[in-house]
Amino acid sequence: MTTPWMTYLLIPLIKIVVILVVLILLAAYLSWFERRILAFMQIRIGPNRVWPKGWLQAIADALKLFSKEDVIPARAEKLVFLLGPVLATAPALIVFSVIPFGPSDLLRLTDVNIGILFILGVASVGIYGIILGGWASNNKFSLMGGLRSAAQLISYEVPMGFAVVTVVLMANSLSLVKIVEAQKAQHVWFAFPGWLAIPGLIAFFIYFICGVAETNRNPFDLPEAESELVAGFHTEYSGMKFAFYFLAEYANMVVIASIATVLFLGGWLRPFPNVAALAFLDVIPPIVWFFAKVAVFLFVYIWFRGTFPRYRFDQLMALGWKVFIPVSLINLMAVGLGILLLGGPR
Amino acid sequence: MTERAPVHLSADSEEMEISFGPQHPATHGVLRVMVKIDGERIVETKPVIGYLHRGTEKIFERETYNGCIPHTDRMDYTAAATNNQGLVGAVEKMMGITIPPRAAYIRMMLAELQRIASHTIWLGTHALDIGAQSPFFYTFEEREKILDLYEEYCGARLTLNAMRVGGQPFDLPSGWTDRCRAFIDQLPAKIADWERLLTKNRIWKLRTVGIGVMSGADAIEWGLTGPPLRGSGVKWDVRKVFPYDHYEEMEFDIPIGTNGDTYDRYLVRMEEMRQSVRIVRQCLDRLPDGPVMAKVPKVIKPPKGEVYFSVEGPKGELGYYVVSDGTDKPYRLHVRPACFINLQALPELVRGHLVADLIAVIGTLDIVLGEIDR
Repeated sequence: MTTPWMTYLLIPLIKIVVILVVLILLAAYLSWFERRILAFMQIRIGPNRVWPKGWLQAIADALKLFSKEDVIPARAEKLVFLLGPVLATAPALIVFSVIPFGPSDLLRLTDVNIGILFILGVASVGIYGIILGGWASNNKFSLMGGLRSAAQLISYEVPMGFAVVTVVLMANSLSLVKIVEAQKAQHVWFAFPGWLAIPGLIAFFIYFICGVAETNRNPFDLPEAESELVAGFHTEYSGMKFAFYFLAEYANMVVIASIATVLFLGGWLRPFPNVAALAFLDVIPPIVWFFAKVAVFLFVYIWFRGTFPRYRFDQLMALGWKVFIPVSLINLMAVGLGILLLGGPR
Repeated sequence: MTERAPVHLSADSEEMEISFGPQHPATHGVLRVMVKIDGERIVETKPVIGYLHRGTEKIFERETYNGCIPHTDRMDYTAAATNNQGLVGAVEKMMGITIPPRAAYIRMMLAELQRIASHTIWLGTHALDIGAQSPFFYTFEEREKILDLYEEYCGARLTLNAMRVGGQPFDLPSGWTDRCRAFIDQLPAKIADWERLLTKNRIWKLRTVGIGVMSGADAIEWGLTGPPLRGSGVKWDVRKVFPYDHYEEMEFDIPIGTNGDTYDRYLVRMEEMRQSVRIVRQCLDRLPDGPVMAKVPKVIKPPKGEVYFSVEGPKGELGYYVVSDGTDKPYRLHVRPACFINLQALPELVRGHLVADLIAVIGTLDIVLGEIDR
């Protein structure tokens, strides 16, 4: 029945299409949710007109952007200018190939044994999209936005990596599936694991804050700080190319939230996997748990945006280099030492 | 293939010149600032103004005195009431008219509500510039309520044209005082809400403390007035030192800052809103009965001569210098605008700071281009 053709080509292809469609829809609808939630926080109404009740707003926006005139500034570096949005969007989508949405093989594209490494590597490529786009626009505001984000992303990648490595130590694996399974075996979420409670929480906190910075979201939205840099690196982008940057930002939010869920909040596991009394929660399918956790993260993202002012560039760098990197490094060493001395949670 | 324009980045110089505005989202209208930056650090700034110049002072010369009032509305369009107050005050001073007490009280209420309305715009946009989105909507909600009160009184929300030489054109509509009191009563809680979002916020303090510092002596040298002056610790308020209308009967404090930075100016303005609430409440409590218009001739013809009269606008001292040749039109009517003179200090305030601070300082000066360019 299962020919190699099916196993290696057809089924993965179907999965890829499904994941891409779901992710793109998710990113599009995230923008709608953001607008609605922000509106409620800001005593407004938000988009509620496109039938029914504004639910098709995201689709309408996409159609509008599709039909816009595609402007390329006369003095832009054309090839690089075109490459920018692609380089920004593709990595965000590729990362999803290794994210497990549930325990069964059907609910993920693949399980790579170096999944985390793959994610960190691919996600970093996204920076090129921003810096090249900013540079190729031949606009000073874009250039400054691009430079800012390059500095920001590189600085925040480091503590983020340390936070991730903390989890790797705890789970003793680089595979995302194995990490979730380790959390199941140890009956904990890694944000709150047994004797490692404090380092786990610190790592989680650092990962999340760096995630906000990585996705250029408020209060770290300097690259596109509207009041300073007009629209930052995508000032000159319009129509579909702008839509791609937009998609990349929101897809990245989903990516960061998904990775945080997998690494720190037990992926598809129910809350308190060690408490038998809560076993009735298993009625809810794992994939629902997964997306519920992701949704909580995304809500916090939007909540941030409704609350905080923006950091200044030097303050942002100081925060990254002087606070997050030392703290995450010490945290990582503490966990390593703990595992060495006390015996890790095997 | 078209030629790429140089981005002014050469090996020996890291300096780059950027034109902020006149259509930049954070320059509050049509201010243009030519900024020379070294990386993110500001080397030199040069405000370029004039994009909203309408020749208002020249227009004054062909209008009757009462006809000038609508033109003052359009100078600082976020504070029409105080603009009116200054002009009618100047002409009344010239003609020696004493307006009925009820008219003076109504003027004070309109002016203080205007101060609150202007400060709400300032807070909303200032916070928005620094990246906090939400206060903008909260403050605009309160401003709308003030505009509703204005609309009820004079029919206009923005360009009020609500005062005349010799008094007020209308008495308060019935029920207005109750609605005004209801608004005033709920406002302090809202101001406290806004402060909860910002005053102790770590990021807000990082962005405002120590930014755009000016000492009291420097502030006087630069001719700053209003909150920028008081933020630097100089206790100067036209309402106290040269009281007009009936401000001498009002009890209120002049908040001053200590460090003269953006944060202090923020605190000063927040406190000013509370003080304005106090003044409006006193006006409502003691509102006298009687006419709202003094006996003035049909055609306003001030005697030959000149006069300077100033009021404390929300942005600073707003003065009118009127020269009359005895006809029904001013021979010359010069405005001493608060924003224009406050803006001069911009290059001094931002020197050595980062680009992001430029936006914070423009916000803290609370400029309105309509008044700068006139």
